[in-house]
Amino acid sequence: MDALATPAQLLVGGLLTGLVFALVAVGLTLIYGVMDVVNFAHGEYLMLAMYATLALALLGIGPLVGLPLVAIALFLFGIVVYRVFIRRLLAGPPEATVFGTFGMLVLLQGLAQATLTSDYQSIPNPPFHGTIRVGAIAVSQATLIEGIGALVLTAALFAFVEFTETGRAMRAVAEDRIAATLMGIDVQRINGLAFGIGAACVGAAGALLMLSYPVYPTVGAAFALTAFVVVALGGFGSIQGALVGALLVGLLEVFGGFYLSPELKLVPVYLAYLIVVLLRPQGLLGRR
Amino acid sequence: MTALLDVEGLDVAYDGMRALQDVSLVAEAGTIVALVGANGAGKTSLLRAISGLVRAERGTIRFDGDDITRVPAHRIVRRGIAHVPEARRVFASATVRDNLLLGAYVDRDAAHRAARLEAAFSAFPILRERLEQRASTLSGGEQQMLAIARGTMSGPRVLMLDEPSLGLAPKLIPQIYAGVRAIAEAGTTVLLVEQNVREALRAADTAYVLQTGRVVLHGNARDLIGDPLVQQAFLGIGAA
Repeated sequence: MDALATPAQLLVGGLLTGLVFALVAVGLTLIYGVMDVVNFAHGEYLMLAMYATLALALLGIGPLVGLPLVAIALFLFGIVVYRVFIRRLLAGPPEATVFGTFGMLVLLQGLAQATLTSDYQSIPNPPFHGTIRVGAIAVSQATLIEGIGALVLTAALFAFVEFTETGRAMRAVAEDRIAATLMGIDVQRINGLAFGIGAACVGAAGALLMLSYPVYPTVGAAFALTAFVVVALGGFGSIQGALVGALLVGLLEVFGGFYLSPELKLVPVYLAYLIVVLLRPQGLLGRR
Repeated sequence: MTALLDVEGLDVAYDGMRALQDVSLVAEAGTIVALVGANGAGKTSLLRAISGLVRAERGTIRFDGDDITRVPAHRIVRRGIAHVPEARRVFASATVRDNLLLGAYVDRDAAHRAARLEAAFSAFPILRERLEQRASTLSGGEQQMLAIARGTMSGPRVLMLDEPSLGLAPKLIPQIYAGVRAIAEAGTTVLLVEQNVREALRAADTAYVLQTGRVVLHGNARDLIGDPLVQQAFLGIGAA
């Protein structure tokens, strides 16, 4: 066997894994960046999206067709959550949003556990089950489509924030909401939109993940923890940072899982996290 | 001549502390109105009340005949009043271009934007050279110029400037004021808050003197330069 085949295989696997983490994390970082809210229920939004994708699949609508539907549903869900819930919490002390979104995590997870089976459930007849080989590297079709889909959507979010009028307004609100108000920007509207888009990102990620991954009531926990590490590594509020952090986490997890052992795959991830937080508390691409 | 901006009997309080009491002010179209007074006299509070950032407890604010006392802050700029806040508050991580475009957030007409950008460059030529730089890389004086230019990008009829000379090197102040005069000569009414009383009274047509939340003097700016109270309190002239 070629001496470089294994590292190359792990590199591709790590990057593809990282891209899905990125799509989960950019939603979190957008919400934090615009309104300083750490959405502790983010993983539960992923769980909701995965169950929604499963439900659509049982109705005969595949995950890729279902993706825009799930993303739109999560977008609307995010806007409602902002309007009836987050907006009120923002008027209180800073801890209010921490306890509020954490409470939402408990509520959503509890509801899922109470009403749904705790069994792992996958979509019937997954559309992609082959393997693609390029030289010595083999990638499952499902993983490849997840990674590419996540990359396209992350890039689209970046372009939206960087190059549109509304994206520019979001950056302005993120930086100084009083100055943004004086520009004529309706901060509540922009906050609601950002919360909705953040939820839509994790919604799209959930739909993509169902190509290769089962859903269960506590599926959000594992992904949310990774997303928090990604966001802290890359720099809170930075979309590019989330992408860089996610790729790093994906690589460390895959290489760690191979060279150490699958049970220890998160050790290098948290080690890197500790080192970055100690040396550069604002994260790799964070400001200040 | 009718007043473009007409403030009548305004009371403002923050957390029970009275900031303004029965303040009235008139700004005629096309003039520069200075608002002078010591730190804490209520100058910033008046601008914040006009731009809707704080709610008046009593009194009315009329703009071009309309009562705007309870209009939300983000709608005020759409009405035609721009507020350049204290300490500039430029969007530091955005480019100069993005800052200026954010100033034009309420008017997406490309021709308007292009014309206002040109007007901003003619008031403050250095901004043209800095267009693609992040605002954080500008000097304090350049950031002030950017803040004022950003304020003009919505094409306001009233431009409110809060302490445009604060913290700047003295040699930069004439440049800032030259820009402010250019903006006023193009027809924008300017409401100017300053601690630099001499510079403000020189630039202004009319002026109001605030002390502990009340208007204690108002009139022609040139007359106020010679007023004994102003000379004694702010210009360091005359016996105590």
